[in-house]
Amino acid sequence: MMKMTKQTRRDLITYGIVIVFYIVMQLLDLAGILSFHVKGLLVPLCYYAIAAVALNLVVGILGDLSLGHAGFMCIGAFSSSLFSVTLKDSGFPAGLRFFLALLIGTFFAALFGFLIGIPVLRLNGDYLAIVTLAFGEIIKNILAAVYFGYDEEGLHIAFKSFPLQGEGKMLINGAMGIQGTPTDSTFTIAVVILLLALFIVQNIVRSRTGRAIMSIRDNRIAAEAVGIQITKYKMTAFTISAAIAGTAGVLFSHNTTTLTATSTYFGYNVSILILVYVVLGGIGNIRGSVIATAILYILPEMLRGLSNYRMLIYAIVLIIIMLINWAPAAITFREKYGISAYLARRKENRTPVSDMGSGKGGS
Amino acid sequence: MAALLSVNHLSISFGGLRAVDDFNVEIEKGALYGLIGPNGAGKTTVFNLLTGVYKPDEGRIFLGDRNITGLSTVEINQAGIARTFQNIRLFKDMSVLDNVKVGLHNRYPYSTLAGILKLPVYFKTEKEMDEKALELLKVFELDGESETLSKNLPYGKQRKLEIARALATDPKLLLLDEPAAGMNPNETGELMDTIRFVRDHFDMTILLIEHDMKLVAGICEALTVLNFGSVLCQGQTSEVLKNPEVIKAYLGD
Repeated sequence: MMKMTKQTRRDLITYGIVIVFYIVMQLLDLAGILSFHVKGLLVPLCYYAIAAVALNLVVGILGDLSLGHAGFMCIGAFSSSLFSVTLKDSGFPAGLRFFLALLIGTFFAALFGFLIGIPVLRLNGDYLAIVTLAFGEIIKNILAAVYFGYDEEGLHIAFKSFPLQGEGKMLINGAMGIQGTPTDSTFTIAVVILLLALFIVQNIVRSRTGRAIMSIRDNRIAAEAVGIQITKYKMTAFTISAAIAGTAGVLFSHNTTTLTATSTYFGYNVSILILVYVVLGGIGNIRGSVIATAILYILPEMLRGLSNYRMLIYAIVLIIIMLINWAPAAITFREKYGISAYLARRKENRTPVSDMGSGKGGS
Repeated sequence: MAALLSVNHLSISFGGLRAVDDFNVEIEKGALYGLIGPNGAGKTTVFNLLTGVYKPDEGRIFLGDRNITGLSTVEINQAGIARTFQNIRLFKDMSVLDNVKVGLHNRYPYSTLAGILKLPVYFKTEKEMDEKALELLKVFELDGESETLSKNLPYGKQRKLEIARALATDPKLLLLDEPAAGMNPNETGELMDTIRFVRDHFDMTILLIEHDMKLVAGICEALTVLNFGSVLCQGQTSEVLKNPEVIKAYLGD
């Protein structure tokens, strides 16, 4: 049962890293060291990390390239904001309202993930990437063009502005988006949701479902031959991933009062940004996604002082991390001299010779 | 007694090419049966027809009393046919143990939610799966390497792991597609012992494709020879291998 404990320990370390980061940030905040600007980065950092964990389930575990995850964030953001804005002035308790908003955003993203998954998951590789990209753009563009409101005559939805009859309110105002979402997202809630996302994805990977998903990634034909239902497990992975991305979207929309479906927030460049976090953190490495997001999200913000050179340095860092992570020579070097190799050597040296023979029995 | 596998008039064409033409075979339970023939004779196509990768144009396949013609690969596996592949197809980035556990997937169910929440049923079932998988790996002397990524196993052991994974699905019939391909004579000798052992230990019926005549002559009790998609000759191994038609097909005129 050595394996169980080793894997469980790995998972626990991931939660530990997030919790330690949270505590350190809280302490720095108490000590008054954190600037207003840095504090404003903490919630975005969390929702990008959540989105990266979600995307890693599709890219790393299922082995399919999706470039549409910003679209699922967009659905989570808009559906939950709509709910929160509607209930804002009704005296509904804020805590419960946000909790329900999280559920609603997650549910609608999951629903769309499922519906989009039906046609999309029939494709493979590059084709799948392009179609998911297209779906992401469609979602963003529809939400940027739609007008949705209510008045005395009931609910109205249209693709051009319309006058409201008497008492009423425009909920989604075309390109102006949704105004006045309550800013319910806090760093604490964001960290809790990040931990939850990690918990879900890591436990899936360790389960029967995760093995089925990974077997499809490694060899689809063999997976089918041992009785794995390909469509079922592809849909499971894609839907759960979309759902988690939707939750990240809820955190996003409840972090600012104005929500607009612009490319800056929900375009394919955002999907690619999240993919960069996943790739640099290590495809299939859930913990790596979180760490890579933290480094790559904070870095350009820290470099603001260097103005023009900022993106240049960011790009160079990207290249360096990529080389360190994936260059064959670097991998060999790591295997020989890396931390885990060092620890393994130390353990070997410490273990008395007489124990070596019986080592297998204990595992 | 009815045969475990009976195939009647099986045919399939790709475009104008009749890849398998009127293929018939009856395999008794517990048999070790060989399917041989020159390159391109349609042997692997027969395997793909039996496992539902291709749907036959004509003909019927019975496993026991059950008509499995036209079922999907997954359904056929659940009905009781497992296979290995000519070019090894392991789950290469998964551990040896996990490869076998994927094979056990349908026999040890629990829901995705139970896995996420790590309910008691998760721990109970995973433990049973670990035990069953290690038991299978032990048979193939792979239990010492259960944590190794399957892509890091040496070639011969990869072949064995593929058989172990196929057996994990608890089949009635095991199809081996060129199990000795790429093996040296020592490894082939060992493989012959393994195949015989699998048949006796698991009470298995085995149909195998092979080019290595030493292996075929050594372990197969009966043979079917395919040539250009049709059956050239069928019967007891010793008689089939003496048949002048077969020798001609293999060696040319």
